Amino acid sequence: MCRHQANIPDLTMWDQEIRQMASSHAIMASGVFMATVVPAVLVPGFSVYGTHLLWLYSVAGSVTVVNITLFWLLGVSPPTKKNTLNYKVSRLVRSCLYLLLSCLFFHTVVVLYGAPLLETALETFSLAVLLTSLTTLRCVCVLGPNVQAWIRVFSRHGAMSVWDTSLQMVVGCSIVGAWLGAFPIPLDWDRPWQVWPVSCSLGSVIGYLTGLVVAPAWIHWHRKQLTYKSK
Amino acid sequence: MSFSTDPGRTQLSPTRMKKLPILALLLWLCALFYVAIFLFVSGFLLVRLEVNRTSTCGDVLLPGGREHGDFCQGQPRFRRAVLLIIDALKIDFARFDPANKEPRPFENKLPVLEEMTSSKPSHARLFPFRADPPTTTMQRIKGFTTGSLPTFIDMGNNFASSAILEDNLVHQLGEVGKRVVFMGDDTWESLFPKKFHRSLPFPSFNVKDLHTVDNGILQHLYNTMVGDDWDVLLAHFLGVDHCGHRFGPDHPAMAEKLTQMDEVIRSVVDRLQDDTLLVVMGDHGMTDTGDHGGESQRETDAAIFLYSPSPLFPEPSSQSDPEVVPQTDLVPTLALLLGIPIPYSSVGQVLLPLFPAHRHTAGAPAGLSQAEALWINAKQVNRFLETYSSMAKDIPPDSLSRLQADFSRLSSEYLSMVNEGRLPSPELVASLQRYLTSVRDTCRATWARFNPAKMAAGIAVLACACVLCYVLSEMSSALVREPRLLRAPLLTAAAVGVCVVAGQLVVQGYAEGSWCLAAAALSSEVLVLWRTRQTRKSNAAEGRGWLTLPDFFMTPAFLVLLLRCASLLSDSYVIAEGRVVTFLLFSLSLYIPFRLNWDGFLVPPVHDPLKHAGLLPSPGLSPSAVRRESAAVLAGLGLLVASLYLSLSFHGCREEQGSCQPSPFLWPLSRVQDSRVKNLHYVLSLASLGAWSYTLRRWLRHYGNLNSPGVAVFTARWILPLLSVCLGLHWAVAATPDDSFRNLAELIALGQRALPMAAFALLGLGLALLSLDPLTVFIKTRAAAPVRSSASPPPPRYRASTGISPQAELHHLIPQLYQRMRRSLEEGEPARVPEGEGRPAVEAYGLGTVYSAPLVLLVGLLGLGLLLLHPEGMALSFLLMMLEMGAMLQIHASSVTLNNQQGARLDGFAVSWTPLVLWSLASTQFFHATGHLPTFPSIQWAAAFVGFPGGHTGTMLPATLVTLNTFASHILFAVACPLLLFWPLVCEVRGGRGGRGGGEDGDDNAIMEMRLREVPQQFSSALLQLSIRYLFISGAQVFASVCAAAILRRHLMVWKVFAPKLMFEASGFLVSSVFVLVGVTLVMRVDVAVGRWFQRLLPDVSR
Repeated sequence: MCRHQANIPDLTMWDQEIRQMASSHAIMASGVFMATVVPAVLVPGFSVYGTHLLWLYSVAGSVTVVNITLFWLLGVSPPTKKNTLNYKVSRLVRSCLYLLLSCLFFHTVVVLYGAPLLETALETFSLAVLLTSLTTLRCVCVLGPNVQAWIRVFSRHGAMSVWDTSLQMVVGCSIVGAWLGAFPIPLDWDRPWQVWPVSCSLGSVIGYLTGLVVAPAWIHWHRKQLTYKSK
Repeated sequence: MSFSTDPGRTQLSPTRMKKLPILALLLWLCALFYVAIFLFVSGFLLVRLEVNRTSTCGDVLLPGGREHGDFCQGQPRFRRAVLLIIDALKIDFARFDPANKEPRPFENKLPVLEEMTSSKPSHARLFPFRADPPTTTMQRIKGFTTGSLPTFIDMGNNFASSAILEDNLVHQLGEVGKRVVFMGDDTWESLFPKKFHRSLPFPSFNVKDLHTVDNGILQHLYNTMVGDDWDVLLAHFLGVDHCGHRFGPDHPAMAEKLTQMDEVIRSVVDRLQDDTLLVVMGDHGMTDTGDHGGESQRETDAAIFLYSPSPLFPEPSSQSDPEVVPQTDLVPTLALLLGIPIPYSSVGQVLLPLFPAHRHTAGAPAGLSQAEALWINAKQVNRFLETYSSMAKDIPPDSLSRLQADFSRLSSEYLSMVNEGRLPSPELVASLQRYLTSVRDTCRATWARFNPAKMAAGIAVLACACVLCYVLSEMSSALVREPRLLRAPLLTAAAVGVCVVAGQLVVQGYAEGSWCLAAAALSSEVLVLWRTRQTRKSNAAEGRGWLTLPDFFMTPAFLVLLLRCASLLSDSYVIAEGRVVTFLLFSLSLYIPFRLNWDGFLVPPVHDPLKHAGLLPSPGLSPSAVRRESAAVLAGLGLLVASLYLSLSFHGCREEQGSCQPSPFLWPLSRVQDSRVKNLHYVLSLASLGAWSYTLRRWLRHYGNLNSPGVAVFTARWILPLLSVCLGLHWAVAATPDDSFRNLAELIALGQRALPMAAFALLGLGLALLSLDPLTVFIKTRAAAPVRSSASPPPPRYRASTGISPQAELHHLIPQLYQRMRRSLEEGEPARVPEGEGRPAVEAYGLGTVYSAPLVLLVGLLGLGLLLLHPEGMALSFLLMMLEMGAMLQIHASSVTLNNQQGARLDGFAVSWTPLVLWSLASTQFFHATGHLPTFPSIQWAAAFVGFPGGHTGTMLPATLVTLNTFASHILFAVACPLLLFWPLVCEVRGGRGGRGGGEDGDDNAIMEMRLREVPQQFSSALLQLSIRYLFISGAQVFASVCAAAILRRHLMVWKVFAPKLMFEASGFLVSSVFVLVGVTLVMRVDVAVGRWFQRLLPDVSR
């Protein structure tokens, strides 16, 4: 009771943050939407199944651009200690390095999950790039290139802001979506979306969109129970 | 609780582990599953009803003008026939393509067929000859002698074939006094005992033997043909089939064999007389790997070649020739050509090209015209249909009435034509053909008969058994406390069973065993469930209510189990089962570190003032210990993932998987032709074998289990390495090609027999010794005093040995049991040793792993024994299996330690669901990764000949060997299951060394498995819970495949996918449950031995 009252001023601030998050998520979702529609208009013969890799790159690219822009504009990422150019460059380099490593990591995991090692390496790597842009990129944007913080955020008491909570959900939904996407592959339905990696990339994008919708809604719903520790 | 918590007291206290009640309970649960499986399977896999009537000469009457009193008195078209059955003569082998300049070993090797058909088109013809599945030899012989369609259940009888009771060709030939001479495959002799005029059977079971049967036939064939002591000559050659099994079709040996067959056919043709018909046929085909049994076109399409020196085909080859001859059609055709009645149950249709369209008056052996033959055929089929439908109701009434209407229409049409003296029109012939075809199709569609009541009963008992397993596993501690809880319900259930027997006897006059079992099982389940519910209610204070959804159903472990069960309901997932299971296993194992991280256990907590202020309890493990355990989890995960991924390369291929290449490791070395590859494989296998033995020894040595003079240690020190040596030598001998080392042939033959025998003997000896005395503890009594003060400063948790060997100094761990012992001594003589002084009175090597060491040893021995039954290449897979087990145990142990860092164990020693689901999935995964598949053709029959290269006399031994081979991974994982309980205790020492914070006294850390001794009640309950949970997980999978078979019983894929899957899943469950019991029994045996050991020890020390 006591805490509730103490949190009242917070709540309004939170409402503001949640609204901010909801609108930015709407922009991200529309980015994915545009990445599907725009090439369909511009590129002849474009289709999600037929020219799947093109769609995949376009989504990955748009998610990357929208994410970086939005989080830069919002200034969610933790304040840097030093403000020198050198430090900024090293952060940038480390971020790029982590993104690359994350691509390799996802590639390895997907291969271990049963993707062919050599025959469809390009497709597998593209899926890894997509997964990186949906998950790791957001981690980099929200938490900076700090693996410890990434590990910390995925624990029960690890979220330190609404953005951390939304990060948990979006990343979780994307990965679960990709995981679920593998399910129809063995079925003998002979549909175009059962071809590797269409179902998995579709699954992860659908998961990502779900996460974008669910995160602000869940946070809004549970805003009274959420308490964040200061860092 | 009744037991004392004082460790010193409990060792002497009478509270012991409850053994018999636990075993009885487990047995009862297993029995419930067995009853359920038996009920379902007996309802699901029914034998086609056999009509035991025979046709006689009197009943095949021709209508109209020719009033023969007796059909058989007429002049038959052929007086004699020679049937050459070349087992597995695929149509591809029989075709000849002159354009093919570089034929593969099985192509263009039978030019005689092509020469005859092209040079004498009216004398010879070659057709594809399509068998009905199952394409196993015994079913095929049954099929092409009775003309009926054998059913799935017969497949199991392949190696115990019993006499054919249905009407058949051989019987009919005997009835009309034809002399049938048989030579070849001895399956015939058991199918038709005493039916042959003369019979020369040769042993058929030894697949490796390519020549005995064929050479035996050839010794007698030509002499017999020249003589006049026969009317029908049957010769069944097995060489081609055995060659396929042994080398595959694409092997020079196949070319040799087919060329030999070519010569045989030529010689037979030369010796034929004009009144003789020659039939050369295959009973089934073979896959590209040389196997058969399934229903792919490669397996079903054999060849049939018909020839006679007199013109056989009235018309030249034309469009009307059938493209494919179904195998059932041979029976009526042969019967009418030889002038005997068509066997009663035949559903075949005469082969029309062999009959003239109209009766020729000129030709000497006139024979029947097409219409007449068809008419006789249709009449016989209709009669069979009538008899059959009066005996069994399984043919759908609407199609039955349609068929009967068809027949009566056709018969009146035909009779009117004959009476009017007209020639039957081609339309009538065509519609007679259509009628016969539709009868066969109807029969084919309906002869998968089910007994829905039994199936439902089976499902009900199985579902209840699963629920019961779950409920009992949740209340195992209550069960251990009150083992009599279940006595009354069980007795009542037995009474119910007896009542049902009595009731059946009164009402029906006879008792049906399966229904009594069903009643007893179901009533016992219901009563026990009701009883447990009451107990739960009375223990309401203990926790949640009975009906609230328990935690398990919300965990990913359950989700994975659910997905696994759901995957059994789809044929695509069953076909891809190996990968599906690996996928699920991988997902669940990735979840473990994720979950640990989510709970904040994976990384040491940051030093945080807030936590110290009371938000979180202070951590139980030091940060370095947490880091070490986390590293152990991640390393274990890495090992697990690596072995999972590598194990994928050992999978076999189902016929449904189009572009799949079976693993090269599945080929026995003797089939590999490139000697470099062969050597590489051999070295790889030897290395894996060495690694297997070395790892086991290393582990035992590390925990000090190799010191005592006991027999178990003898097993570990000597029998294990000897067994590996035997195995390595056996592979070397088995891999030598037949034709090399001719001068050593006898030695090699001896080696092939003696080495596996020696291995079996060693294995038996090792297992016997292990069960005789499973203790691996070495006692070292110390002379007292002077050292003690120097040894005391930090209470030692490890103690290196002093005087066995320098190596032992490093590796041998001595759990410090002496403290315990000292205390128990103090109870008697409190004055002698002052409290707190750590004088080591007795050191016991290997006491900390006293339970797990024999179990590990058992797994090691069994693993080697089972490896013996596999192809050599599987050694690597077995090594991976052991590594994966180790990795899973390590992950489990470390995550238990991490989870418990907040304090003491809350739930005793209970093993949670996640590792158990992993364990169970891994057993399925390695079923696939040892080259097995849930299909009948993929059974590795070669296992039956390990150590018995000459074949067997009985069927029990080969069946056992093949079962052991097939369910090797189920066996190993089931036996090793209790390790999940022990491993966290074995590993806990490391956590202790890192400095367990706070209150516990030092020596508590090092007692490892002795912890279990201290709380026998908890030990029993944890063991019981573990076994029941494992049974539940396996049982749930059986339940799923039973449901799949029941729901999809009319599915296209039911006989190809679901029914075999059900059989394999059920047999896997049987084997697993038996070996879970073996593992649990061994643990109990060890417990007894440890108890005795303590009793022996204590008086010694106190003296």
